Amino acid sequence: MPQADASHGRLRKAPEGFVDRAGVQTVFEEARHGRRDFIRGAFAAALAGSAATRAAAQANPVPAEGGDPNILNLPPWSTGLGQPVVTDGYGKPSQYESNVQRRPSPGLTQTTQASVSFAPLQSLFGIVTPSGLHFERHHQGWWDVDPSRHRFMVNGLVKTPKVFTMDEIMRLPSVSRFHFIECGANTGMEWGNVAVPTVQYSHGMLSCSEFTGVPLITLLEMAGVDLKKGKFVLAEGADGSSMTRTIPMELVTSGQVLVAYGQNGEMLRPEQGYPLRLVVPGVQGVSWVKYLRRVKVGDEPWNTKDEAVHYIDLMPDGQHRQYTSIQECKSVVTTPSGGQVLLDKGFYNISGLAWSGRGKITRVDVSVDGGRNWRTARLQTPVLDKCLTRFNIDWVWDGKPAIVQSRAMDDTGFVQPNYKQLRAVRGTRSIYHNNAIQSWLVQESGEVKNVQLS
Amino acid sequence: MSSSRNALAALLLAACVLPAGAQDKFPGVGRAATPAEVKAWDIDVRPDFKGLPPGSGSVDKGQDIWESKCASCHGVFGESNSVFNPLVGGTTKDDIKTGHVATLMRPDYPGRTTLMKVPTVSTLWDYIHRAMPWNAPKSLSVDEVYAVTAFLLNLGDIVPADFTLSDKNIAEVQQRMPNRNGMSTQHALWPGNEFGAGKIKPDTQAKACMSNCEVPVDVSSKLPPHASDAWGNLHDQNRLVGPQRGEVTIKDDGKTGAAAKPAADAPAAAAIALTQKNGCTACHGMSAKLVGPGFAEIAAKHAGKADYLAGKIVSGGQGVWGNVPMPAQTLPADDAKAIATWLAAGAKAK
Repeated sequence: MPQADASHGRLRKAPEGFVDRAGVQTVFEEARHGRRDFIRGAFAAALAGSAATRAAAQANPVPAEGGDPNILNLPPWSTGLGQPVVTDGYGKPSQYESNVQRRPSPGLTQTTQASVSFAPLQSLFGIVTPSGLHFERHHQGWWDVDPSRHRFMVNGLVKTPKVFTMDEIMRLPSVSRFHFIECGANTGMEWGNVAVPTVQYSHGMLSCSEFTGVPLITLLEMAGVDLKKGKFVLAEGADGSSMTRTIPMELVTSGQVLVAYGQNGEMLRPEQGYPLRLVVPGVQGVSWVKYLRRVKVGDEPWNTKDEAVHYIDLMPDGQHRQYTSIQECKSVVTTPSGGQVLLDKGFYNISGLAWSGRGKITRVDVSVDGGRNWRTARLQTPVLDKCLTRFNIDWVWDGKPAIVQSRAMDDTGFVQPNYKQLRAVRGTRSIYHNNAIQSWLVQESGEVKNVQLS
Repeated sequence: MSSSRNALAALLLAACVLPAGAQDKFPGVGRAATPAEVKAWDIDVRPDFKGLPPGSGSVDKGQDIWESKCASCHGVFGESNSVFNPLVGGTTKDDIKTGHVATLMRPDYPGRTTLMKVPTVSTLWDYIHRAMPWNAPKSLSVDEVYAVTAFLLNLGDIVPADFTLSDKNIAEVQQRMPNRNGMSTQHALWPGNEFGAGKIKPDTQAKACMSNCEVPVDVSSKLPPHASDAWGNLHDQNRLVGPQRGEVTIKDDGKTGAAAKPAADAPAAAAIALTQKNGCTACHGMSAKLVGPGFAEIAAKHAGKADYLAGKIVSGGQGVWGNVPMPAQTLPADDAKAIATWLAAGAKAK
C-alpha cells in the first residue's frame, strides 16, 4: 500500500510503513491521472498568490479521519527501539534505494567480460559518483588483485628501470583530486538516431570521483626519465587484456596524470582497477588503465589495439581519426530525463551535469523549448578542472509539451554543439566522442522521452 | 666548531656538484628492475617493430592453432559475429594497393571488421600476443603468435596460403595492410604537443545563441513503441521518492512475464543469476552456442538429468559438444545443483 506520494504537502493515506511495488504504482497512477485536475486548480490559484496555493494544496488531501495517518499514527521508528551500531561493518544504502543500480544495456555486447555497465545518472546528486555505482568497462573481465603481489614497473627511456610495490607507492607524497571519467563511446549509440530510453544508457558511461595517488611524473623522475627523447608514455594493465594506451608526455609533466590507489576516501574498487589505476584527467576512460602494472617511456606512439582498431572515429570520407583522446565540453539534464514521469504540473528544479576535458565549465544554458530560447543555469560549487559540474535552474511546468536541453561552455570558449552541428562535421558513424546537446521531450502526460530534433 | 663548519661546506659543495635529483629524493622507495623482470613484462610491439621478438610461423600452422583456440569465438574464417565483431571481411585486392579500405566510405556496409580498420600489422601481433586466447591470455608462444597472425592475414588475402610470417618479412607485409593509409591525426582531440595539436581548432564551432535561435524543432527520432520494454521496466530503474518516477514500461499484472517480477521470486531468474555470478555466461549463451553450447541446447540434450549435469558442471569435460574443453568449475555445490536443476527442467528464461 502507498505510504505517501512525492509531492510536498500533499499526503496520502498509508496504513503501513513501507512502500511495495503495487503501492508505488498506485500512487504513481493516481498522481498522474486522478490528481491532475486538482493540480491544475492549484496551479491557477498559484497565480493569485502563494499563500492561497499552500492552503489549497494542504486542504484537499486531508482525509476524513481528521489528518494524515502518517502524522496521527506514530510509525514504528517513532515508538520503538532502533538497531545497534555495526549492524553492518560496511554500511549499505537504504532498502528503499534498491532501484538505484548500474545496469548493462541489453544486446550491446555478446559477452559479460568485454562489456559495459552504465551509472544511474538519473538518480545521483551533486558531482560525486558513489564508488559502487561507478560505470564499468572491462575488456577481459575484472579481477580482485592481491595488493601484496601487485608491482608497478617503469621502463623504456629512463636511466634505471624501476619496480615499486604498493607499500612503496603509498609511502610517496600523495595528492587527491576530483575528476570525471567518461568512456570515449559514451552516447555512442545515439550518433544516428535515438537508440536508448534513459540518461543511464545515453550518458551513463560517465562517473566522477576523488582520486588519490602519486603524480606519474614523480615515479618517472625516480627512474631518471629522459624528457628530451621521451615524448610519449605507454600505460599497461596487469589483467588478461593487458590493456595498453599511448599518453602524451605533455600531460604527464604537467603533473595531472596520477598513479592512483584511492577513490572517494577508500581504496579503488576492484571493478575500477584495485589496487592501482592511471588517472588521465580530461581524457577518455580507456586511457585510465586499470590494474596498472607498467609505464614505458618512448619516442613514438604505439598504435595499440585500443588506439588502432577501437577508439578511432570514422569520418564521412572513410578516414578514421586516430588518437582522439580529449573528451570535449558536454552536458546533460539528469532530472527530469528520459523514462521518467513528472507527477504534476508546477515547480521543478531542472538539474544536470556539465564537464569538459579541456578545463573548467564556465556556463550552462538550459532551454525548455527545444533550443529556441535559453536561460543561464546556476552552477553549483565546487566548479573544478576536468571535473563534473552540477547545474540547476528553476522551471514551472505548465503541463504542455516541452523539450528540455542543456548547453555547456568551458574556459577555452568552446560551446557544446547540437546534433546538426556535430553531424555536419563528423557524420553519424563515428561511434566515439558524441558530445551533442541532449533533448528530452516532456509530454502532456508527464512522460519524458529521449528525442532528437531536425 | 671549525670541523663542523667544514663538514657543512663539504655538504654544500657536494650539493652543488651532485644535485640531489628525484632519483634519490625518496630514499628507500623503489628499486632497480632486474633484466629478467623487464624482459618478462616488456612485451609491447610498436609500428616500427621495436619490441618484436625474432621468430616465425606459417599460415598452415596458424590454421591448426586457429581451429583449436580461436575459431570457437571468431569463427573458422574469422567471420563470426556471435561473440565478437568479425575480424575478416570488407577488404579487397584494390585496398591492398591503395592502403584505403573503400567499404569504409559506404554507409550501407554492415559493420566494420578488424582488417577493415587496423592500419598496422604490429597491432595484430602485439594484441594476439598479450591478450589471446580470450580465456587463456599470454599462453601462445612467439612462433605461435606469428603463425596465428599469418593465418589471419591470409583470411584477408593479404598474404598467400603458403606464406610464413617472420620478423624478417613483417615490414613488407605492413606495406600490404589494406587500411594502412586510413588514419588521420589531424584533429583537436590529442592532449599533447604532437600531431595537429595547437594548430587545429575544434571542428564544431557552435555559438551560444540565447533567444529566437534558428534551430531544428521537429522531433525526428524517438524510440518506437515496440521497443519501450526492451530495457525492462523503467519504473524499477528510478528512485521511489523525488520529483519524478520511472515510467511503467512493463505492467505488473502478472501477464507480461517474469521481467517485471523481482528476481528472487522466480526460480528461473535465480538460476540465471547464478550462471552470471559464477561466470558460466562467459562461454554459454541462453540459447545459442558461444564458446560452449547454449543453455537451451544443453537442456534439450540432457532433459531431466539434473544429477549428471551437476556433476559435469563441477568436473568439466570435453568431447560431448566438441573439442573445446570446459574446465572444472569451483562453485558452491548448491549453486551447481540449482543451475543443473534449472537446465534439466528446460533452461527456461522465465
